[in-house]
Amino acid sequence: MRSKLQRATTSVALLGMVALGATACSDETTTDENGGSGETTQQTQQTVSITSNAITGGKNAAEADWIESWVVPEFTAAQQAEGVDVTVNFEPQGVDDEDYKTKVALDLSSGKGADVISLDGIWIGEFAQADYIKPLGEVTDNADDWDGWEQITDAVQGAASFEDERYGVPQGTDGRVIYYNKSLFEQAGLPTEWQPTSWEEILEAGRALKDLDGVTPIQLNAGTAMGEATTMQGLLPMLMGTGQRLWEDGKWAGDTQGLRDALDLYKTIYIDEELGDPILQQEAAGRDTSFQEFASGNIAILLEGDYFWRSVINPAEGVGTAPMPDRDEVVGYVKIPAMQPGSGIDGQDFVSMSGGAARVLNPNSSNPDLAWELLKFMNSPEAFEARAAGTLSISPRDDVNAELLSSDPMLTFVSEEVLPITAYRPGLAEYPEVSNSLQQATLDVVAGTSVEDAAKDYADELTGIVGADAVMSN
Amino acid sequence: MTIVTAPAPAPETRKRHRRRADDVAGLGAGRATAFVGPALLIIAIFLLFPAIWTIYLGLTNYRLTGLAAANTSFIGLDNYRDAFGDPSFWNSLRLTVVFVAFSGVLGQTLLGFTLAWSLRRVTGWARSVLETLVLAAWVIPGSVHAFLWIALLDRRGGTLNAILDTPGNAWLINQPMTVIVLFNIWVGTAFSMQLFSSALSAVPPSQLESAKMAGAAGWQQLRDVVIPNIRGHILTNTLMITLWTFNTFTPYLLTAGGPNGKTEILSVYIYQTAIPGGQLGLGAALSMIMLVINLFIALMYMRIGRRKA
Repeated sequence: MRSKLQRATTSVALLGMVALGATACSDETTTDENGGSGETTQQTQQTVSITSNAITGGKNAAEADWIESWVVPEFTAAQQAEGVDVTVNFEPQGVDDEDYKTKVALDLSSGKGADVISLDGIWIGEFAQADYIKPLGEVTDNADDWDGWEQITDAVQGAASFEDERYGVPQGTDGRVIYYNKSLFEQAGLPTEWQPTSWEEILEAGRALKDLDGVTPIQLNAGTAMGEATTMQGLLPMLMGTGQRLWEDGKWAGDTQGLRDALDLYKTIYIDEELGDPILQQEAAGRDTSFQEFASGNIAILLEGDYFWRSVINPAEGVGTAPMPDRDEVVGYVKIPAMQPGSGIDGQDFVSMSGGAARVLNPNSSNPDLAWELLKFMNSPEAFEARAAGTLSISPRDDVNAELLSSDPMLTFVSEEVLPITAYRPGLAEYPEVSNSLQQATLDVVAGTSVEDAAKDYADELTGIVGADAVMSN
Repeated sequence: MTIVTAPAPAPETRKRHRRRADDVAGLGAGRATAFVGPALLIIAIFLLFPAIWTIYLGLTNYRLTGLAAANTSFIGLDNYRDAFGDPSFWNSLRLTVVFVAFSGVLGQTLLGFTLAWSLRRVTGWARSVLETLVLAAWVIPGSVHAFLWIALLDRRGGTLNAILDTPGNAWLINQPMTVIVLFNIWVGTAFSMQLFSSALSAVPPSQLESAKMAGAAGWQQLRDVVIPNIRGHILTNTLMITLWTFNTFTPYLLTAGGPNGKTEILSVYIYQTAIPGGQLGLGAALSMIMLVINLFIALMYMRIGRRKA
């Protein structure tokens, strides 16, 4: 009885402490927000926050490190110099892109969220339609008043725009290539300098690699578990290689010959010739596993964006999630061939897909002008130079690219060889749902459904999403 | 052979016939309301309002993003029509029934009872060890469970593959439903075991002794003495386990509903539809369907309980 009483007392005391703690915290925030109204200090104390799907020691670690150790202190110092006392909070995330998107959407729908938010450019449309984000000009009065706009080409600005309105500042662009493991190629008796010019040549290399023990020849992303990585690195580059655009003249490609050809390639790789690992495509953490497997020499050919090179397998300390110490010697990268030479979109021999992230302002921000100051600061040439010290990526700014890219052969390759032939996803709000149906089509094929049925099911779903009038089949 | 100890009926019936007192506690209507008020308010805010809100959302085309997020419109019963016309809903419902039947009703109840029955005469440290082992599965948080099972079943370097010498077998892809059924049995058996242990200790030893004297074999004692005595416990246990298993979300941590929807039980299906899929309106409608099924299960058990009482 006594011990029960004691326990009860302790719980009450603990509860009390928690409550006190909570009050103390909320007191703190109140002073943060209203601070400076008192006469004791002449400086104004303000808070501004950033969120991004980047976290130290995990996903996009270089970006997280850059925000924490450069953006936050430098911006605070720069504002201090102007007599503004700013606290910058970084809210890191390190999850799958789809989960991050859900979190941000829920934040924004409840009127919360960080002041500066990193988004994939392809989400801008649906977020704008939901009124979660607003054109920059509506959030802050000084949106056009930035010299940085001159350095960003219209094509790149398009990645952060919707219906011809700027919603944020693009963070650069990227391109998709084929990575291959040169030492595995050597073991299989293949040339280490390689540039396939048709799908058949990729398959031929795969057949040679299949003889190596414990090696999966080809990783062409499939399935819904990999999310957008399936569409962007898998099906869409293949579709472009058949000459079929996903969206053209107001219509979406439904059950087309191009789609069937692309799905047939999946069938060849995963079912007919077993050049890929169909189970890996269905694993809950399949994409991360595919990175690990490539890094440990168990996957020979893998299609990915330049993100894979500069972030995932980057050997620099604390940058990559699957670092390869001998990356520069062992890993080769080449352009993705069309189905046959000249069969790609616009009669191209090679194809690619590009996307890009953007940073937007939260319309619910209590201090949008300061948030805009921060966003401009994060996109200054100095900021990109500091960012490049961690890992170089293709920045949105021409001035920065001209200066920095030449130091990195891979990014020079993407910038000079891949970007001229690349394609972009349709910036329409329906795209993410269409993408999901495309992923399902690849999953169906990998799981054993016939190409015809998978393509037909996809076309049916597509009709449900965009309406029969906007679907083109042949 | 069945002996049911009925309570003495006399005082009960007398009470029932007496006129009900108007104000037993002597508080008066005003003060009584003041006492109940806060509780009712909290129930209204945290239970009633969300339930009504879910009904409302289920009748709209509300989405997480896109046009329908900003301009949500009332679409009547379209969501319900869509749900019932969607093969993936029926697939999910079928998987849920299989999951509940095998992991909850059969697995947890039978295993829990078997453990309790075979442990009833074991005492001392052996009992403690066994109980601790079973209870461990019950007290470990779900996320840790999932981690342990993934480590056990992992395709590359998983413990099970090492033990069985089946390198590269992807249990979570090849036998996903079996895995989550076994997983849920492991997680929940402790509850049944504890409940049945205490129920068994309440079976009057005199009745068991008489049964033995009359020459009843082990299973006859079980059928004619033990089960009639603990019938109420069995019902309660089955009801709770059915509802818990029906609503559980932990299998998501193992398979995320995959591969290709093969373990998409109803709770996972609703989550996939509403949150990553962004179809909040449809998700709300599905939740309502699930709630109705829950109510139906609860009513069914209560019916059975009352009929035989």
